[in-house]
Parts: sequence; structure tokens; C-alpha cells
Amino acid sequence: MNEMTPIKTTLKDWETDQEVRWCPGCGDYAILKAVQRTMPEIGADPAKTVFVSGIGCSSRFPYYMETYGFHTIHGRAPAVATGVKLANPDLDVWIITGDGDALSIGGNHTMHLLRRNLDCQVLLFNNEIYGLTKGQYSPTSREGTRSPSTPFGSVDHPAKPCAFALGSGARFIARGIDVHKKLPEVLKAAHAHKGAAFIEIFQNCIVYNDDVFAPFTAKPNAAANQLWVEHGEPLLFDGGAKGLAMDTERLTLKVVDVADDDWQAAGVIRHDQTNRGLAHMLVEMPHVGFPVALGVIYDDPAPTFDSAVVEQNRAASEGKVADLQKLLSKGQTWMVDKQPRAE
Amino acid sequence: MATAVHKVTREEASANPPAESVVVRFAGDSGDGMQLTGGQFTLSTALAGNDLATFPDFPAEIRAPQGTLFGVSAFQINFGSTAVETAGDAPDVLVAMNPAALKVNVEALKPGGLIIADEGEFGERNLAKAKYDANPLEDDSLAKWQVLKLNISQLTLEAVKPFGLGNKEALRCKNMWTLGLALWMFDRKRAPIIDWLKAKFAKAPELAEANIAALNAGHAYGETAELGRMVGQLHVPAAPAEPGLYRTVTGAESIAYGLVAGAQLANVPMFFGGYPITPASAILHFLSRLKEFGVTTFQAEDEIAAVAASIGASYAGQLGVTSSSGPGIALKGEAIGLAIMTELPLVIVNSQRGGPSTGLPTKTEQSDLYQAVYGRNGDAPMPVIAARSPADAFDCAIEACRIATQYMTPVMLLTDGYIANAAEPWKVPDISVYEAFPVTFLEEAPAEGFLPYARDEKLARPWVKPGTPGLLHRIGGIEKKAGTGNIDYSPANHQEMTELRRDKVAGIKVPDQQVELGDASGKLAIVGWGSTFGPIHQAVRRARHRGLDVSHIHIRHIWPMPANLGDLLEKFDQILVPEMNTGQLKTVLRDQFLVDAKPLNKVSGQPFRIAEIEAAIEAALGQA
Repeated sequence: MNEMTPIKTTLKDWETDQEVRWCPGCGDYAILKAVQRTMPEIGADPAKTVFVSGIGCSSRFPYYMETYGFHTIHGRAPAVATGVKLANPDLDVWIITGDGDALSIGGNHTMHLLRRNLDCQVLLFNNEIYGLTKGQYSPTSREGTRSPSTPFGSVDHPAKPCAFALGSGARFIARGIDVHKKLPEVLKAAHAHKGAAFIEIFQNCIVYNDDVFAPFTAKPNAAANQLWVEHGEPLLFDGGAKGLAMDTERLTLKVVDVADDDWQAAGVIRHDQTNRGLAHMLVEMPHVGFPVALGVIYDDPAPTFDSAVVEQNRAASEGKVADLQKLLSKGQTWMVDKQPRAE
Repeated sequence: MATAVHKVTREEASANPPAESVVVRFAGDSGDGMQLTGGQFTLSTALAGNDLATFPDFPAEIRAPQGTLFGVSAFQINFGSTAVETAGDAPDVLVAMNPAALKVNVEALKPGGLIIADEGEFGERNLAKAKYDANPLEDDSLAKWQVLKLNISQLTLEAVKPFGLGNKEALRCKNMWTLGLALWMFDRKRAPIIDWLKAKFAKAPELAEANIAALNAGHAYGETAELGRMVGQLHVPAAPAEPGLYRTVTGAESIAYGLVAGAQLANVPMFFGGYPITPASAILHFLSRLKEFGVTTFQAEDEIAAVAASIGASYAGQLGVTSSSGPGIALKGEAIGLAIMTELPLVIVNSQRGGPSTGLPTKTEQSDLYQAVYGRNGDAPMPVIAARSPADAFDCAIEACRIATQYMTPVMLLTDGYIANAAEPWKVPDISVYEAFPVTFLEEAPAEGFLPYARDEKLARPWVKPGTPGLLHRIGGIEKKAGTGNIDYSPANHQEMTELRRDKVAGIKVPDQQVELGDASGKLAIVGWGSTFGPIHQAVRRARHRGLDVSHIHIRHIWPMPANLGDLLEKFDQILVPEMNTGQLKTVLRDQFLVDAKPLNKVSGQPFRIAEIEAAIEAALGQA
């Protein structure tokens, strides 16, 4: 995000007159509300805000935000956003994408946006399915997912969005859940981070992949399976009855029981959002036997691409005059001073 | 390989061109520095005031195995005291640095022409690599030409001995020795090249000195050695030219400068997104050094990102420009459609090369015309402009910027590998005479309310920079409702918007088509586009000198075409379209004007020769 003067707005100021066209019950509605609720709280200026999206259900998002918006083509939102930000670094750029858009057709652009560290927010709506094209399995679908294109179950290994982002060099990794009340807090932290902030949002596709995240999002499962990390706080879940400790022999995390709130005795470690190694372990935890790490997993700012480009443009131009006539006349030239002779 | 035993007659020898125009080809191994030698010879020729055209012809491999036939790199220059528009059909002089270079190039040499061969390289191994059974320098196989055998390798080694270089480094100075001899042959000054060597090797003065010594030795050799009557100093007088300041320019340079000029005339910063590809990368290289002109360059992760980022920059209020060659343009196709749908300015430069697929990366072709005019999904009209020469590319780039910003549309500028790499003298344009076309960003809502897809008299929509209060709106690739730009799939709206996009591009004002040479009616029109200008022009000129009724028409605006073009073509009995493809402009002309345009095609990766077009003219007019 940029340093900008906070603007006073309300949630209503961020709603457009467009009819929202997601399926009733889609997780996208909750994410839209969370974003619209977050914008006034961070003092964002609608005129200086640009939402850029690719293709897919999630990518309709910009039409519903009363800001500048660009609904681009499949997978290319990070590239378009890069041009927007470099052309005008004062803009606050949000990228809206999905699992197919960001990790399949646009995987290359996502990787390079993150490694360059363009100052923007990337909201990846992960529903582990292609919704808009009617339900084919996606690059994040679990092995064995039955879909119109995989009637006998998918056989390929899924991509892990946060692990991919970390591997690409991202300096901010977070996770949220579409309907969870903590999503605005995650969005705020992402916006506060200067550089590319990558947020994976577990989003329920009610039509083609309903309840795929229920094992940790459904109310009865939430406490035992969600671990909301907080910088400096112990990595506890299940109401404090369990925590994560280091398995120092295998250099991985392990789940330990915590007796009498004495997490230190159980060897539970504190979350350090600047620890890249810990972030890797948190996003790589298996589905079974481990909780799902949520919240701001990694936040360690580094210089941004746009500020480096601006600075290099400035430094390279310093003391030079943009005299085109002079430029054209540069190098070895010669004068012809006679009129051409008649042929 | 020439096999006929034939001694050069006096007539053939004297048929060597008069000093009016000379074609020289330098050929050697791709590691022999032939492009450098040619480039420096070009510079000295330009400084001598000759008109000139060049044709660099090099392999796709960076360093092909030494001595092989496919590793031969050549540089041809045609220079003269009259207007020169092509790199020349057949060389008068061939410099062959090894047997492979001789074998690949000798057949193009004029009968009676001069071969200068480095006999030091004609050992058994090199002869075998070039697939020679016997040494051609020692039998009669080269009898129809004049052969000058010099042990350039040995002479160079001796010349640079005082500098204590290793054998390999010392032999690298061979090209400067050869250049020195060529400079002597054509009475060229050495000083600019000596300056250049000093600058090039500023960090290694001993290399500069060695190269200068080789250059001087080659020159001195010409001056003092007994070379026989076949080689004498040849002074080509300066060509007549409009008074003014001149320089040499390659197409890649002039396009880069033209884009900078176009952005300045439009009064917007430029954003250039590129991805390395032969032969287009040079444009990215030039522009990346021009940051003080408000140019941001972005080497993207791929061709798609290069165009997509440029579209993003245009959306944010800069002039987005991207550049590539055919395969990269294919990748950009979907994004170009997005720019058409969102009606944002964008300039796409296509430096065409031989295709399809990877094709012939370093060879020239004009086979992307269909791709430029038709190559997108949906009804996706886009203006297309084609440059005819390195110098012309400057004006074409400005024209592309003008149309893009005035009409809110992507524009494709077609050039090709020949134009991109070739150099020609260029009268430095006076920028102050170019008419500015400053863009107006919409900054507040008009009284009747703001509509992102409102139309001006040119049917262009307003350009609004994000960041402008009160004009918030969303755009995208889904069909837009006329006026509001909201999503609208309804049948009547799609019909209306498709027609609007068509009419906007069809209504772009382009200058009337002129006749380059000859009358505006008659028996035969030769209609060309792009880099075939030179050979067509010369062929038509020669045919007209012989009294043939033929005219030359050269089309810059490929889409939309000039309004008068149909009427003009109707006034000719025959229309012949020479193209370096299998007949693409021919098909478009037939489609647009229902005329019987006939093709003349060449897809060998080499430019047309004047004689080929002349022969076609004669055949068409029953003179053959």
C-alpha cells in the first residue's frame, strides 16, 4: 500500500449500482462485504484505488467496487496491474484472482509479480474448482476430485497457493476464510504491508465444490482445526488444548497437547511473522493430523519493484535534458550543404 | 560451385560497375566480426557522403561451429553516387575470410567481380568443413571472377606482433586488417574508425592499438603492394542529397526514436513492455537508455505480460507500447483483443521474420500481414501501418502513436528483420515541424453526465486516468453497453458495439495513396508494402527508362486503406503485387476492391532482387 492521506468513507461509498451476479450462497459475497468493510477502516480513497482481475467467478469483483476497475483476461491480471502501478505508483492496486486464474493459466505472472515485489494486494479466492466453466477440477483440487473432466477422479497433485507464493519470493503471506470475521483484519494487515501481499482466501463454491473446506471451516470443526497465528503469540489451537512445537529431529512442526494452559512446558513455539522458515512449515502442514494455519503467516517487507523502477528512472534522468533533436543528431553525422544536382 | 572453365575477358572485367555504385559483401565465420566490419565500413561510407543500403545476413546461432557452411555471417553494402534503395542484387566485391564463406556467397558475385580471399584459412580442415574436394583458389573453378589471394591471417599476425597478443587474440584483428584494405580500395578515411576502436577498447588500450595497427597495415598493404591491375583505388563520389544534417540509422533505432517522438507529440509518458526476441529486441535495448524522455521500459516474464503490462500502463494514462516478432505477436493476440474491447491506446511493433512457428529467426519475411489485419478472435478491427525503410520507420512510428492516442485503439506497426537491421543514411528530421497531437484526459464529468463509452466525432471514447475523482468506472473484456460500459450481452447491444468498433477504425483518416513513380493510370501497377520498396522502385525506374508503361504504388496504411486506393487501382490494366510471402496483400486488395491483383512471391528469407521484379514487369508487359 502507499502512504496516503486517510479519506473518510462508509461501506456504502464502496458499493456500485451493478447487480451482483454470483450464485446465491457463494462465498464471494462475504469476501466482497469484507473488502467493502475494510476500505473505510484503512482510510482508502476510492478514486485512487484500482481493482484488477483476471477471468473466473472471482474476477467479476471489480464491477461491484465503487473504485477504478479493470476486468482483464484469463491469468493476466498481475501483468496488467504491473503496468498500472508502474505508470502511476500513487494508485492503490488490488488484484482479484482465483485458483485457476492465478495458479494455472496465469501461474507465470503470479510468480513474477511476487518475486518482483510489486506493491499491491493479491486476493486469491481458492475454491479448488473451476466454477465459471461449470465445475472442472482446478490446480488446487485434492487428488481424486471427481469433476466433469475427471469423472474417475483427478490424478495430479494439487498446488499449494501459499507455498507457491513463498517459493516465488513473496514477502507477505496470509490466509483467511470467506465468511470468517477475522478476514477484514487480514486484509488490513495486507494493505499495511508495503510490497506484494498475497492472501489465500478459502472460498466455498456452493454449486460445484460445496463444503470442500468444511473439515476445518464448519462450526463444529473450527476450533479443533483452525490455528489463527499472531505475531509473538504461541501457536495454539483447539481452545489452547493443543499447540505446535518443533520436531527438532525431523525439522518439522508437530502437534502437542497442552496441559493446564502451560504451553511453554509443552514446547509450543511463538509465531514470528518475519521467520521465513517457520512460514514454510506452517503453509506446508498436511491436511490430516494438523490444523490449518490462518492469519498473517509471513510479513517481512523488502524494497518494492515500483519504487526501484521509479528510483532508477529518476537517477538515470538526473542532469539530462530530454532534447529529442539533440538525441537524433547524436553520433557520427555529416552535413550536405549543396543543392542536389539535377538528374 | 562454378565449374565452367572460363577466363575473364577484358570486357567482363571492365563491366565492373563504374564508380557510380558498388556492392561489397564481407563474408566470414560468425566469429570473424563481419557484422562489425560491415558496420564500420558503412559508417565510413556514409561519412564520405555516398548514399547506401546494407543487408546484414547472419546465422541464428550465436557461435556456430567454426568454418561450417551454416556458420557463415555476411554483410552486404551497396553504395553509390546516386540514390541507392536496395542492398544491391549481385556483389562486385566479395571478401571471403574462409572456404565456407566463399562457397556460400560466390555464386551471387557478378561475373568478372573480385574475390578477396584469406588463403591462410584455406587449409585442408577448413576446405573439408566447407565440403570442397579441392582448393578453389588453386584450380580453375573461380575462373569467371578475379581472385585476389592474400594470407590475411599471416599479414595480421605480423602487423600486431609488437603488441604481444596470443595467437587467438591476434587473429581476431583480421577483420580490421580487411577493413583497412577495403577502406583503401574505396578511398575512405580511417580516422573515424580509429576513434571508434579507441572508444570501444578504452579499457584495454593494447587491444585498441593492435586493432589500429591491423587496420593501418591493411590500408598500407593496398597502397604499396603489387596487387595487379584488378584492384585499384576506386573513388565513388558523394551522392546528391537534400542539404542538411545526415547520419546513418537502422530500423530498430528509428522506430525507437519515432516512438519517443510520438509520445512527446502526444504529450504523454511512454511505457514500453518487451520480451527478448529476434529481431525485435534492439528496440527494447535502445529505449531502455532513454529514461530522461519519460520512457519506462519493462522486460516482462513473457510476451503476454509485456503487452498486458503495456495495456495496464495505457489504462493508467501512459502510452503503452509493446514490440515483438511473429511468434510473440501470436502470444499477444488475446491481449490485443482486450485493448480493442476496452478501447485503450496501444502501439504494437512487429519486426517480421520468416515463419511459421520459430521459422527463420534471423531472416526477413513479410508473412504476418494476415496476422496483423485479421489475426484475432472475434470481429477485432485494428489499424495497421507498414514501414518501407529504416528512415521511413521513424515517421511510421509517430503515425502509429497519433492514431493510437487520437482514436483510442491499438495500432500495429509492421516492419521486418531487414528494416530492423539494415542501415541507411538519414536526414535528421527537424522535430519542430511535426504537428503535435496532445491528448486530452477527461478530468471532470461533462454537464450531461459521465459515460466511459461516450463517443467524440471520431467515435473515440474518453481517456480517463485512474486517480481522477468523480470519474470512477470499470472496464473489461466482456461486451460493454454502449455509453455506460457496463456488462451487456444483449443482442442489439453487441450488434451496435461491433459496428461501432468497426466504424471507428474504418473512419480513421489516412492520407490519400500517392503513386511513387510513374503515372496514376496505365498498363501495369506494381503495388508493394514494407521493405520491398527499394527493389520495386529500382525495377520500375529501370523499366520506365526503357519506355515501359509501369507505375509503382507503395502502401503504408494497410488498414484502413487509403480512401482513393480502389479508384486508383481501377485505372491500371494489370496489378502485380511483389511480396515476401505467398500473396497476403494481394488477397486483401482483391477482397477490398474486387481487382485482379496478381502475386509475385519470394519466401527464401532474402530480399527481392531488382532483376527479379524487372523480369516480372517484362513478363507482364509481354516484353520477355
